Amino acid sequence: MLSALSMGLRQMYNRQWVKGGLLLGLQIAYIVVFYPFFNIGLWGIATLGTIPQVDNSLDLMAEGIISILLILFGLGCYGFNIRDAYKVGKLRERGVKPPGVMQTFRHVTDQGFPYLVIGPAMILLVFVVLFPILFMIVLAFTNYDLYHQPPAKLVDYVGLDNFVHLFQLSFWKTSFFSGLCWTVVWTLVSTTVQVILGLFLAVILNQKKLKFKKFFRTILILPWAVPSFVSIIVFSGLFDNNFGTVNLFLQGIGLGALPWMTDPFWAKIAILLIQFWLGFPFSMALYTGVLQAISADLYEAAEVDGATIWQKFRHITLPMALYATAPLLIVQYVGNFNNFNVIYLFNKGLPAIPGQTAGGTDILISWVYKLTFETSKYNYAAAISVIIGLIVTVLAVLQFRGTRSFKEEGMIR
Amino acid sequence: MNSSKRQTYLRLLLSYLILIIMAVICIYPLLWVIGASFSPGDGIFSTSLVPKHATLAHYRWLFFNPNSQYPTWYWNTLKIALINAFVSVIITTGTAYVFSRYRFFGRKYGLVLFLTLQMFPSMMTMVAIYLLLNWIGLLDTHLGLLIFYAGTQIPFNTWLVKGYFDTIPYSLDEAARIDGAGHVTIFWKVIMPLAKPILAVMFLFNFMTPMTDFLLPQIILTSPDNQTLAVGLFSFINKDVGKQYTLFAAGSVLIAVPITVIFLSLQRYFISGLTAGANKG
Repeated sequence: MLSALSMGLRQMYNRQWVKGGLLLGLQIAYIVVFYPFFNIGLWGIATLGTIPQVDNSLDLMAEGIISILLILFGLGCYGFNIRDAYKVGKLRERGVKPPGVMQTFRHVTDQGFPYLVIGPAMILLVFVVLFPILFMIVLAFTNYDLYHQPPAKLVDYVGLDNFVHLFQLSFWKTSFFSGLCWTVVWTLVSTTVQVILGLFLAVILNQKKLKFKKFFRTILILPWAVPSFVSIIVFSGLFDNNFGTVNLFLQGIGLGALPWMTDPFWAKIAILLIQFWLGFPFSMALYTGVLQAISADLYEAAEVDGATIWQKFRHITLPMALYATAPLLIVQYVGNFNNFNVIYLFNKGLPAIPGQTAGGTDILISWVYKLTFETSKYNYAAAISVIIGLIVTVLAVLQFRGTRSFKEEGMIR
Repeated sequence: MNSSKRQTYLRLLLSYLILIIMAVICIYPLLWVIGASFSPGDGIFSTSLVPKHATLAHYRWLFFNPNSQYPTWYWNTLKIALINAFVSVIITTGTAYVFSRYRFFGRKYGLVLFLTLQMFPSMMTMVAIYLLLNWIGLLDTHLGLLIFYAGTQIPFNTWLVKGYFDTIPYSLDEAARIDGAGHVTIFWKVIMPLAKPILAVMFLFNFMTPMTDFLLPQIILTSPDNQTLAVGLFSFINKDVGKQYTLFAAGSVLIAVPITVIFLSLQRYFISGLTAGANKG
């Protein structure tokens, strides 16, 4: 009972004087130090400030989120405290003397060792991953843009307006839906083709009688090894409308030059081709490893039964390869869904489309970049990021299902 | 029998044909950069695979022209990459060790959390990252960039290293414990010497990320003096007129060659790290 009132009291009641005192002191310090901060933080995040030029809405928002995180942390400690007091109480009821200070200290350094070590990593993760995500979510429900820049102006909550605009206001709607459609097509086509191409080449390279395997493997893995920012920019030169090698080649074999940089359709084709080039070596390397792990007995047994090459591939190679890599497949799809580099470095998501804020080849993530750093529409950028986050979360859940089903399968390793 | 032999022969021939075509496609753009870096002139029209009047002018410009910021970018990138590699190895080794060896409350949640976070690229929250760094005054500083690199690598690398630690027999720990070794002693004297290979790999991964990353430095580092190679090189061709492809090419060759060599030697660890994270729960 006492423990619920304040940290430390129950420990004192349990005659753990030093421990109780320490906990009580910690709690008082926590409240004294942070109370003003919580006060302004919670007020801040609820109202985002009331007086322009005095209240800075963004500061208040950040302070509010930190307050909430600190309060949650405090509550967590509190819960731990109650649990601890309950345990010691149980011990006392059974007539065991509660552990003394030195014992507790040793206990903490021993049992608490894991927490001590992962502590710094966790704090860093909270700061660079969790905090930005929370900040972005809050931002998605405000009107923070070029015309509402603190400290001169206040930022206000606008509820679901940003999302409603994206889905209903014609100007935003066309940009959003054409961007979303292209993102989905891009993700599916680029990933699927690069995986199939990688698997195909891995199978070819896995033939027993083939020579120069190592040579071909090294050459074919190069696109993955070279820093992608270099190769993408190189491709933007090769696909140049006037002087690019690709068009010179097409003209050389009697086909006309194509407007790779200026026509949305051909720009999309060019970007897809580049991504096939960039992406297949990863799958190839991955499947090479998987194929080598498949036991040769399976194939020999199949040969005895008179299976054709296709049957062997269809019934042995393919299922084994997919079993081993299903979770990674999803990671690859997510990777391309957010593949900012190839879109932006090729030609910055251009060509521009009249009546839209997103360029012809912009996927959602590169559109977010433009909204943030070119037109300062932070609110819409945040709202789109939240939508991207939801999609990624769904895929992550799928990935877990895959991973778990694996462990139960126990087929590979 | 004869026909099946011919079939095998045909299949091999076709395989070689496909492999040769793919090899040409893979290597052509790379040869093009090298050719372009020695080509005279600026623009893309003056480049060729084997330049007739090969010149070292672009390399000389990058290093000796007073207007060139290339040495600064190279130094910035190396500095960030090295610090990030050290810091990341220190943070992640401890975390991975604990997740591998201890059973504590929250362990499973932690691992699941890491697996999820590994899928969320930090760029998704770029709006927030930009505003937050601005808020605490770390925008346009290398420290701000380093915090994000060191933080976002934790989930993936923890899985990678934990997988390796799991393969070190637990009996070694127990033997040491019986001899009276504490947590820290076991970690330093028993585990660390055995884990050197994976630590080297993690060091190199974390060294290479800042060397090749584009988006984060593009967002965080705004002044030209602070920029890294990827962002700086992009500025050579990020112009409406007078794109300097040959300078870009020369600058790229000097970064791409060492990175490619390191990568080729590490690639199998990368694959094993990914499959470890994906398959073991």
